[in-house]
Amino acid sequence: MNGTNGSQIPRVRIEDATKTFGEVQALRGVSLEVQAGEVILVIGPSGSGKSTMLRSVNRLERLTSGRIWIDADEVSNSASDLRRIREEVGMVFQSFNLFPHLTAAGNIMLAPMTVKGASRTEARADAERLLARVGLADKADAYPGQLSGGQQQRVAIARALAMNPKVMLFDEPTSALDPEMIKEVLDVMLDLAREGMTMMVVSHEMGFARAAADRVVFMDEGEIVETGSPDQVFDTPSHDRTKRFLEHIL
Amino acid sequence: MAEVNDKQNIGVSDGALIPDQADKSVFSAWRISFFGAIILLVALPLFSPDPYWNIIMFVPDGILRTFQVTVLSIVFALIIGLFTGLGRISRITVINRIATIYVEVIRGIPLLVQLFYIYFALGQFVQVPRMVAAVIAMSVCYGAYMGEIFRAGIQSIPKGQMEAALALGLTRTQALRKVIIPQTFRIILPPVGNEFIALLKDSSLVSIVAVADLLRRGREYASQTFEYFQAYTVVALIYLVLTLFFSKLVAVMEERMSKHHRS
Repeated sequence: MNGTNGSQIPRVRIEDATKTFGEVQALRGVSLEVQAGEVILVIGPSGSGKSTMLRSVNRLERLTSGRIWIDADEVSNSASDLRRIREEVGMVFQSFNLFPHLTAAGNIMLAPMTVKGASRTEARADAERLLARVGLADKADAYPGQLSGGQQQRVAIARALAMNPKVMLFDEPTSALDPEMIKEVLDVMLDLAREGMTMMVVSHEMGFARAAADRVVFMDEGEIVETGSPDQVFDTPSHDRTKRFLEHIL
Repeated sequence: MAEVNDKQNIGVSDGALIPDQADKSVFSAWRISFFGAIILLVALPLFSPDPYWNIIMFVPDGILRTFQVTVLSIVFALIIGLFTGLGRISRITVINRIATIYVEVIRGIPLLVQLFYIYFALGQFVQVPRMVAAVIAMSVCYGAYMGEIFRAGIQSIPKGQMEAALALGLTRTQALRKVIIPQTFRIILPPVGNEFIALLKDSSLVSIVAVADLLRRGREYASQTFEYFQAYTVVALIYLVLTLFFSKLVAVMEERMSKHHRS
């Protein structure tokens, strides 16, 4: 969690992003810079554009206007090498999205073997190392259907890490989990943050925010309303909209 | 985003008889029909060897031919169906349109007419052996149905699967090949089983272009002996035993799959 370093280009730069779905304006001019190693928590009511912003970073959504860069590579440019950018950005989904026909190890090995041309032996060794890192060394050959939600989400994190991403995106990673499983996933995310991973996390887990986030971003109606340290935003929010929202979720 | 639940019902069927697994009683409709047919097939030749024993000795190579037509056609239909299904979800307009037109045209023409068309109408220009014409007609026709099954199967895979694969850097084609289609095969197994049974029954149409299948052999026997009632009774009973046997197989398969794969 090294702070910001003004002389470097940011790891992720979002500039005046807008996104329209038919009649709905999901993003209305969002700008945000995330430095390398920074952990950003994005909060806000549903429909505020948090997920859309996150999904634009690896172009699962295409912006209507505006630009996004990962380091020096422009993501929003249609000529950009989308595949290379997606290799550099790992993503973890609310519903895990593990591949049910592959084992835990198979899920992790798929992208390195298919995209990077890794050998089966290499990929397997890597998968076992990553599974150990998320505390699931003994589950390499289990199928997703045999794992609990928390275990599945940890496999999903390991799967994203297998591509050695520069940035990890988490889209409500604990929202689909039973309460007793949330901690095991947050612990893995905390470790990642401590190791210096650049992370953008859409989540309302305040404990995680206070322990790991450098900044909290509050979004509402497609705009960034307020940005600040976790203590600042949670304890002394400066906008009414932020206050009202926090009253609802606390 | 809500995950689509595990037991996908993709509901493409032409109504082949599938035994109701909930009916566990000893005298289920399936059991009565299946064992009733078998008992008749055994009892009739025992009590009345002439003509029933003679008929039963006469038709087996027809059963073999029926299986040949069915199995060959289902294999080709699966291949055609896979590409048709992919074409139906393709974002390339031309491919999409071609696949859709194929499905619409084929589904709008009765199988018997298609069979006549390939064997007799096109036969005016190219003479195809009748067995080849039969398999072509059956596979082209069922390929269109299979295409719809594949399409429904692919579309029943939750959207998150494709997104997760893309997010990992796979191309759409790689994602289809490694993530979507393997899951599709598992889902479409039961409806494909139903199509197999439907095809087995429809294969009797090929007897009209003189392929010596089960029905044709029965007819040959009957026209020599004029024992129409007896010959067609045996033919019907054999078809019934075959389709009931396979529909049970499909039902068991379906039940196993819904038990084993909950994800």
